[in-house]
Amino acid sequence: MTKLDAKIPEGSLAEKWTKYRSSVPLVNPANKRSLEIVIVGSGLAGASAAASLAELGYKVKVFCFQDSPRRAHSIAAQGGINAAKNYQNDGDSIYRLFYDTIKGGDYRSREANVHRLAEVSGSIIDQCVAQGVPFAREYGGLLSNRSFGGTQVQRTFYAAGQTGQQLLLGAYSSLQRQVGMGNVKMYTRHEMLDVVTIDGKARGIIARDSVTGALERHFGHAVLLCTGGYGNVFYLSTNAMGSNVTAAWKAHKKGAFIANPCYTQIHPTCIPVSGDHQSKLTLMSESLRNDGRIWVPKKENDTRKANEIPEEERDYYLERRYPAFGNLVPRDIASRAAKERCDAGFGVGASKMAVYLDYAAAIIRYGQGEANKHNMQNPSYEEIQAMGKAVVKEKYGNLFDMYKQITGEDPYEVPMRIYPAVHYTMGGLWVDYNLMTTVPGLYALGEANFSDHGANRLGASALMQGLADGYFVIPYTIGAYLASEIRTPAMSTDSAPFVAAEKEVRERLETLMNIKGNKPVDYFHKRLGKIMWDECGMARSEKGLKASIKEIQALQKEFWSDVKIPGEIDNLNPELEKAGRVADFLELGELMCIDALDRNESCGGHFRTEYQTEDGEALRDDKNYAYVAAWEYEKQSTFKLHKEELKYENIKIAQRSYK
Amino acid sequence: MEGNLNLTLKIWRQKNARVAGKFETYQVSGISTDMSFLEMIDVLNNRLIEEGDDPVAFDHDCREGICGMCSMYINGRPHGPNRGVTTCQLHMRSFKDGQTITVEPWRSSAFPVIKDLVVNRSAFDRIIAAGGFVSVNTGNAQDANSLPIPKENADQAFAAAACIGCGACVAACKNASAMLFTSAKISQLALLPQGQVEAGKRAEAMVAQMDEEGFGACSNTGACEAECPKGISLENIARMNREYFSSTFSSK
Amino acid sequence: MAWLAKSLNSSLGKKLIMAITGLFLISFLLVHCGLNATIFLNDGGAAFNEGAEFMAHNPIIRTMEIVLFGGLLLHIFDGLRLWLANKKKRPVAYAVVDGAANSKWYSRSMGLLGTLLLIFLIVHLRHFWYFSRLTNDLTETHTLYNEMQIVFQSPIVVLIYVLGCISLGYHLLHGFQSAFQTMGWNHPKYTPTIKTIGAIYSIIIAALFAAMPIAFYFNLIQ
Repeated sequence: MTKLDAKIPEGSLAEKWTKYRSSVPLVNPANKRSLEIVIVGSGLAGASAAASLAELGYKVKVFCFQDSPRRAHSIAAQGGINAAKNYQNDGDSIYRLFYDTIKGGDYRSREANVHRLAEVSGSIIDQCVAQGVPFAREYGGLLSNRSFGGTQVQRTFYAAGQTGQQLLLGAYSSLQRQVGMGNVKMYTRHEMLDVVTIDGKARGIIARDSVTGALERHFGHAVLLCTGGYGNVFYLSTNAMGSNVTAAWKAHKKGAFIANPCYTQIHPTCIPVSGDHQSKLTLMSESLRNDGRIWVPKKENDTRKANEIPEEERDYYLERRYPAFGNLVPRDIASRAAKERCDAGFGVGASKMAVYLDYAAAIIRYGQGEANKHNMQNPSYEEIQAMGKAVVKEKYGNLFDMYKQITGEDPYEVPMRIYPAVHYTMGGLWVDYNLMTTVPGLYALGEANFSDHGANRLGASALMQGLADGYFVIPYTIGAYLASEIRTPAMSTDSAPFVAAEKEVRERLETLMNIKGNKPVDYFHKRLGKIMWDECGMARSEKGLKASIKEIQALQKEFWSDVKIPGEIDNLNPELEKAGRVADFLELGELMCIDALDRNESCGGHFRTEYQTEDGEALRDDKNYAYVAAWEYEKQSTFKLHKEELKYENIKIAQRSYK
Repeated sequence: MEGNLNLTLKIWRQKNARVAGKFETYQVSGISTDMSFLEMIDVLNNRLIEEGDDPVAFDHDCREGICGMCSMYINGRPHGPNRGVTTCQLHMRSFKDGQTITVEPWRSSAFPVIKDLVVNRSAFDRIIAAGGFVSVNTGNAQDANSLPIPKENADQAFAAAACIGCGACVAACKNASAMLFTSAKISQLALLPQGQVEAGKRAEAMVAQMDEEGFGACSNTGACEAECPKGISLENIARMNREYFSSTFSSK
Repeated sequence: MAWLAKSLNSSLGKKLIMAITGLFLISFLLVHCGLNATIFLNDGGAAFNEGAEFMAHNPIIRTMEIVLFGGLLLHIFDGLRLWLANKKKRPVAYAVVDGAANSKWYSRSMGLLGTLLLIFLIVHLRHFWYFSRLTNDLTETHTLYNEMQIVFQSPIVVLIYVLGCISLGYHLLHGFQSAFQTMGWNHPKYTPTIKTIGAIYSIIIAALFAAMPIAFYFNLIQ
């Protein structure tokens, strides 16, 4: 078994990054001008890395499959971004952010990486404000903070419910500035279809121009994958329709290990599926659990309308099971509890796969508060309700409107129906401290890598990580590799490895087009999604996983013999793009099940039904599973496990309890 | 809220930018009122694939109203009959059984059609590249709280920054003008002290680029504001005009 | 001066020219309408003729008349330039346009309303400006007031004038507030007031002007 070298610098935890940053090799400005970097993906990680590296003088090429870099799915993040600024004077510190993140990740992340993340978090806020990101402010003109799940301090910076949008547009504007100055060449509507390696090092990519279908070869001294997560393996998720694993999977096949692929985050408050036509799921911000109460009927298969069910016949199951935290338990716990109730036959709505998130009590509570504030004597019930609704509208109005838009129901009048949905993937390409994968010169940033969130990500930490990687980590750590590349001239893309890679890509596309089967791509994607959701979703079991692996392998065969792709290979062809992505998802899904099967414990987003406590809580096995599972691709359906032991030198591992 | 619709769709089909397009008529039936407009097109597309036809190409990605990629001109209005929503958030309960729905791409010489309902909106990226930024390199920032900003200004800047760059303003405008888009960015940055430093030059550069891209002038009809899924205000255009003229008339 | 040409030839600059000339014409209309409204004093045109006499011979007014024509021509020329340029921006028209859903018809029809106004204006100038400035027919016994009485005996002329005034009203209804917006004067506190003043101005000017031929035709004033 090869030993994975995470290249974590020596020294005490708090000094590692500072010391390393000051000793990492530098590249002089003249040399930077002749070093080329290919960046795939233009979300928070990609755009921030591209802008920062171009500012340093590197020649950068950026690729995105969307029509503009501003469309990347980072834009959909709602809640906020964490930073250990301690502006609230409530005892926050770098160490606390570090500690909360490790604990929130159920003790399955790397200490050094997480500490670095906490260290640079403050600079991210500074940078974004300087770019003109309009964060929420107090009347005094200073930045406002709110609290988020899994922490006891207020460290979340936000811009209404559109924080991801504002941060991405900030990074995008920096990127466009470099595009305008000619330092970045932007390739939109381009999809990366392979990594080109020469003598074991990543040297470029093969990309397809979606509009013309032309395959292009692009050289880079280094290649950065900032391609996000793979939640769409489940078909239904809160990811964008185009979010995919293709770039990471191609890298995997060229030697990059994938770490902890089974760690997926299922977000508890999403709008439930309304029918077979459903194409994606929409998240309702976690903040709604601050005031809403979650319940199901006490009676099985209760068909009454929510408002007809009397109080004593309602089961507020989170408050019942977790009296200490109630409706505010962490995401993984809330999600599992909802699934348990629905599986037991207590679900609500037409599909019976939903629970109620009820604001009636909050409306009355706020209404009474308003009545007291205005010194109203004996206000009527209607008056209280009207005042309460006004308060709720001010706090959550945009979310309520969105709910109404999608479901056609008025959440001020009837309880919202919610159900968990796939939201984020903690697993990803294995990277060392420099964010380099196991292929020299190939890096992974943001959600595409595995490094910081362990088995469960805390709210408002994804934006922090993406920007940390792009603005403040990669500009330094890439020097460790590129300093030794200054003698490598830009390579011709006519060399054999480029030609061979392009040929391979072309043949694969032609094979797909020539299957001329009977079923559209969506048919296979939906079936894969169902297998993954049922057996590798919120609860996993040995039996189910083993059966799923076989099912997925059969589905792979069926796909490659029966998929039907219309249109032409040399024109805009969304079905062909989808087919390529689903083909990769089919292979990734198999690996996720293999990884889930290997991990004989429950931790964070990974819940194995065999490993739970008597009252149904996750049961971790620190003795045998405190490692990162990094998988190497050997051949179709064969993956080799490499373990990176996780050493906790600064934190004492403890059991999580929310009772 | 439950129910199924039978609809007649007239959809613009155009193979690529080089050939002329035309409308094709399709019948769809059994459309659930819970579907989004794009899911209804998905249903049509899967049927077309099964029948051996080329599905309708359209831009879409997040399907939650924030990425700005979806862009359909439905029954004479960008993003369809409802105000304040994108096409992906438009649901079929807004339509009646038996209705005929005409779907066209955004029409503007600056947004050439790529295929069917897909248009090229790179012009917007170039307008931003011309000046829609604060010239600050990574690492140059001072502490975030060293510069207090009145809440009112921050809120106004946010309201302008909420633009999703979908291009509905251009599609709605009788002149295919991009002033609402351009002014939203100029406004956002002009309202904040960190962006005020280069506000005039920014306005000049972005307006010049906007004109070069082939967008029309503004007739102040207010159609852009009314159709903007994010409710970006016409006030931004007035602010852009102020920034532009105060810069061109006063700079040395 | 290259900067000025650049600024005024931009899409914003062209609009600025429309706004400034438009506001200038609006101020002229105020004077014109105010003076003409003296016919409603029903003094047989005494006050009106006195005013007309002053306007015809005061050197400042005569100079302003040239400026006025300049402004009007610039407004027309710039409007045409904008209309031609804007027309090219959407080479393929929409099959269905639901304009009423997002804007007022008259705000979308300023070019059309302006063209109607131009046609009306030619008729109007031929009737009165040509008569008073370019012919020698204006005498003590045949005043401009008498000429109005004569011209407005024809129901067709009256109809043309009323239609012209309606076009003017709608043109002003949009143009007044639009000019402020173009000049950058949009503020949540003041804009509603500007819009109200604009609406009142447009209605009063159009109604007063329209009332004149009607009043003559029906012999409501002597």
